Amino acid sequence: MALSLSWERAEPKFTMTPAIELIGIDKRFGAVHANKDVSMTIAQGSIHGIIGENGAGKSTLMSILFGFYAADKGEIKVKGQPAKIKSSFDAINLGIGMVHQHFMLVDPFTVLENVVLGAEGGRLIGPALAKARAELTRLARDYELDVDPDAIVGELPVGLQQRVEILKALFKGAETLILDEPTGVLTPDEADHLFRILGQLRDQGKTVILITHKLREIMAITDHVSVMRRGELVATKQTSQTSVEELAELMVGRRVLLRVEKGKAKPGAVVLEVKNLTWRDSKGTARVDNVSFTVRAGEIVGIAGVSGNGQSELLELISGISKPTSGQIIFEGKDIGILGDPRHVRQEGLAHVPEDRQHRGLISSFDASESGILGWHYDESLGHGFRLDREAVVNRCQSEMREFDVRPGDPLLKSAKFSGGNQQKIILARELKRNPDLLIVGQPTRGVDIGAIEFIHKRLIELRDQGKAVLLVSVELDEIRSLSDRILVMFAGRIMGERDASSDEREIGLLMAGVSKDAA
Amino acid sequence: MDFSLLPEILASTIRLSVPLVLACLAGLWSERSGIVDIGLEGKMLAAAFAAAAAAAHFQSAWIGMVFAILVSLGLALVHGYASINQRGNQVVSGVAINMMAAGLAVVLGNTWFKEGGRTPALPGSARFLPIDLPGSAVLADVPLLGAIATIISGHSIITYVTILLVPLTAWALAKTRFGLRLRAVGENPHAVDTAGISVALLRYKAVIIAGILCGVAGAFLSTSLSASFVRDMTAGRGFMALAALIFAGWRAWPALFACLLFGFLQASGNYLQGVHLGGVEVPVQFINMLPYLLTVILLAGFIGKSIPPKASGIPYTKDR
Amino acid sequence: MANARGELPTWVDIGLIPLLNLFIALLVAGLVVLIIGENPLEAMWIMLKGAVGSIKGWGYVLYYATNFIFTGLAVSVAFHAGLFNIGGEGQAYFAGLGAAIVGLSLEFLPWPIVIPLAILASILFGAFWAWIPGYLQAKRGSHIVITTIMFNFIGASLMVYLINNWFRPVGKMAVESREITGAYILSFREIGLQFFGVRLPSTPLNLTVFLAVIAVVFVWYLLWRTKLGYEIRAVGANPEAAIYAGIKPDRIIIIAMAISGGLAGLMAVNEVLGVQHRLLLEFAGGAGFVGIAVALMGRSHPVGIVFAAMLFGLLYQGGAELSFAKPLISRDMIVVIQGLVILFMGALEYAFRPTLAAIFANVED
Repeated sequence: MALSLSWERAEPKFTMTPAIELIGIDKRFGAVHANKDVSMTIAQGSIHGIIGENGAGKSTLMSILFGFYAADKGEIKVKGQPAKIKSSFDAINLGIGMVHQHFMLVDPFTVLENVVLGAEGGRLIGPALAKARAELTRLARDYELDVDPDAIVGELPVGLQQRVEILKALFKGAETLILDEPTGVLTPDEADHLFRILGQLRDQGKTVILITHKLREIMAITDHVSVMRRGELVATKQTSQTSVEELAELMVGRRVLLRVEKGKAKPGAVVLEVKNLTWRDSKGTARVDNVSFTVRAGEIVGIAGVSGNGQSELLELISGISKPTSGQIIFEGKDIGILGDPRHVRQEGLAHVPEDRQHRGLISSFDASESGILGWHYDESLGHGFRLDREAVVNRCQSEMREFDVRPGDPLLKSAKFSGGNQQKIILARELKRNPDLLIVGQPTRGVDIGAIEFIHKRLIELRDQGKAVLLVSVELDEIRSLSDRILVMFAGRIMGERDASSDEREIGLLMAGVSKDAA
Repeated sequence: MDFSLLPEILASTIRLSVPLVLACLAGLWSERSGIVDIGLEGKMLAAAFAAAAAAAHFQSAWIGMVFAILVSLGLALVHGYASINQRGNQVVSGVAINMMAAGLAVVLGNTWFKEGGRTPALPGSARFLPIDLPGSAVLADVPLLGAIATIISGHSIITYVTILLVPLTAWALAKTRFGLRLRAVGENPHAVDTAGISVALLRYKAVIIAGILCGVAGAFLSTSLSASFVRDMTAGRGFMALAALIFAGWRAWPALFACLLFGFLQASGNYLQGVHLGGVEVPVQFINMLPYLLTVILLAGFIGKSIPPKASGIPYTKDR
Repeated sequence: MANARGELPTWVDIGLIPLLNLFIALLVAGLVVLIIGENPLEAMWIMLKGAVGSIKGWGYVLYYATNFIFTGLAVSVAFHAGLFNIGGEGQAYFAGLGAAIVGLSLEFLPWPIVIPLAILASILFGAFWAWIPGYLQAKRGSHIVITTIMFNFIGASLMVYLINNWFRPVGKMAVESREITGAYILSFREIGLQFFGVRLPSTPLNLTVFLAVIAVVFVWYLLWRTKLGYEIRAVGANPEAAIYAGIKPDRIIIIAMAISGGLAGLMAVNEVLGVQHRLLLEFAGGAGFVGIAVALMGRSHPVGIVFAAMLFGLLYQGGAELSFAKPLISRDMIVVIQGLVILFMGALEYAFRPTLAAIFANVED
């Protein structure tokens, strides 16, 4: 995201004893092997990046270092000394601090109270609060970490909340600071500022571990980078001696080219027209900001963007889950935005595969046949009037399972017991069965195995070739590029620009980072 | 309304508020740590029985108090185990405790004293008796001062201690390390855990405090306010304390005032058997339901808004 | 949750675990009996004999079970919508008002008209008393647990006032209404005498027991065979997914609470119309709370609820007999068992799961 990182960069001075050594760390969560024999050395006074895709095991590894989970096997050394880290308490005492992806703040507390929590230094908190106030002034001066110490944390914007997290760690004497995906919630300016702070911390001799899945951040700020893939450490490189291409390949492994067989699109009439669509959250921030675009029959329009830039909200608006603050969503000539009702929107001929399979797409305690009618359950074909014909529901599911090759093909099995890919197939089958004119689909292949990915992609192309309109939202740029006929890039709630499928990846990447020549 | 009764009604208000304040503070400690406590009623009832039974047996109010606290503590620990270790439903656990307490008190009372669940009447020596503050007798006939003396004098030691507990609670929550951590764990236990503090331990401490306070409240009911235990003697006070807690927005000083208000309603109900307002008689039952009605109205946000600690009632798991 | 805590075969989940929990609850209760100085096994035998050893005993068991089926179903319908309705007691109590108003004011009409109307009034009054908390939860965000508790107390005060000031005949000492003469026809004893000329043992069992059977079928059908039931379960299991599906949780919460209250209200039919033939103070007698234990024990499934209600009916009747035979063991022992069942089935639901899951995992390997 942050590209203009132009501060003076001091030559890193690495001392001989590493700040942290992880030796043979191994961790399983049930069937999931989250960390496989991971060994890593983090140099004192450096910024060390850990990069990997979602689920590569980065956060687990750092949670182990921070004492949040216990490793099944392995050893940790801090400044050369073997360390037993049984809880966060031990980690903090060893000078390790962590800024979690989801902030660990007490919303109704003031900044000072949050900073002092766990480091009160005595039975009464008065002296600690006073000490923290002085310390915060010093840290604000040294590291551009200014926050009003008496502000209520819950009322601060996320960028400042993150600063409070960093201040918490520093106040507790952190020598090594772990940041887990810190820029996900930040605007580019805020991210820039954060990186400046991290650079200063490094220059003052602190060690920073940066977990991210964004290559640009790694290249821009780190001294070393470790790449993780499916729980394993693949490589550790000196950042100055590697390239984006090399890291990307290490991250993904033998580069699986997403080659989707598809012919040329034959776009027809406009099916969906979104006009000046705006949605503000309860705080009044425009999360979807004056967005306009069209989707035609027989084409796939992809929306690319880093997660959290308004794509989820856009999906919810079009599907009727939330109502627009202003603007129109015109579907086949009718404004469906003013309905704000998913059921009516569906009846108009729109289908929706939601981003979050587990929490939206199906009900894990329901059996597959019941999840298979979610959103269509009121349909007359499933029982007249108020009745729900169980037999019809099960038969329907059975035939869908056969057609979509869902395994195991048992409609009475609980939804939760299917793998991610099969769950997604159940949802896709449900949504496609009604022969919709427009399918909107969010993260169709998140957490889905390779076989199912291929299947799902094929179905989406088939749908397009049947002359249907598809709106695809994904944070996987590869997926967007291989499926879409046109690509829109969202950033901070706005459409940054439109590109065709053959355009350069780097150009789209720039748009995703909010850099655009043609932004409105 | 007959104003000559007012000093006595106010004195009675204080007496009736004591168990409410104690139970309310118990609920406050528990719920500020994130443990919902529907079982205040049951703990208080069990404690009332234990106090009366032990006081009758040992002929000592103080031994009664010790037993009351132990029994209430035991139930509190059951609630803690279910809520903290087993991550069970806290409301369900509270309901269970209320039933077990109500049943056991009568069963054991019936067995031990054979008076249908009632405990023997305690002599004055085995009760917490009123303490007449020095000088109150002298003032008795002085206008106004006499009335004030009637109101503030003649309460038991438990009453005076209870009044001290309110500022103590407010201070401890606001100014001490324990209070800070406790408030934090009720709002965001993840923040506490990542600060290297044990969530379970903090919550156990809160649950224990709640147990002790309910124990004292129970002992007050059966060895100070009355002279024996009778079936269902808490008569919904635990729930009224819960209502007061909501009314007070989970804060100590407002809790005192909410309890005094509810105590006043109870006292005037007892004394007046109905109130005349503008020629219309308001039946005593309506006065009795007022605390609950007011709480419903408050919860519905029609008069202000009462916001519970964010993590209350939610079992803590590391993952999110 | 079952997934996170390890998988168990269905029969363990709905059969073994409830029985195991019941066993432990009885074990603890037995311990109490032992402390009292009685023989738990002997006590158990007296209870069993008292409950199912005679036709009269069975009559009582079924009568109690009728109450518990209604309140258990009430709690379970709310459970399915993700709501904890602690207000069954108050809803049943308030429903008695409806039964009495219709039963007393329309007694000039023939019973085939009065009785159905009185039943309908019970349902509506019970539903109304639950509708308010449901509405406040859905539209104003008031926590349903607290509101229903408060409504129990509000209802209790209101009923004392109404029975005392409106229903009590002039000059009568007991705080109760006059007799609802048209309701005697519900009693089996009365039916036996009037239509068949046989004398049946005197038990409180009455026609309402059939209403309970209808209610069981109704709830099963509603939850698993109607679109509304699907929506109720969807909201309870995953409100986010329900919203995605175009279901309005607010609407469902209100409807589910009203249905729950209506079911609890049917209990008034059994007590006010079927047994007491008058409206009296505290006639619900804690059956609303037994419903919580019944719903938990029956795993919120109508069939499970029937078994659980029968079990508690047996405990109540047996407990009454036991307290006659052994005055040392008060009837309140049953309340203790009830509390223990709620504790183990509800709050300590997961206590045995890991162990059982481990055992079954080993068996399967």
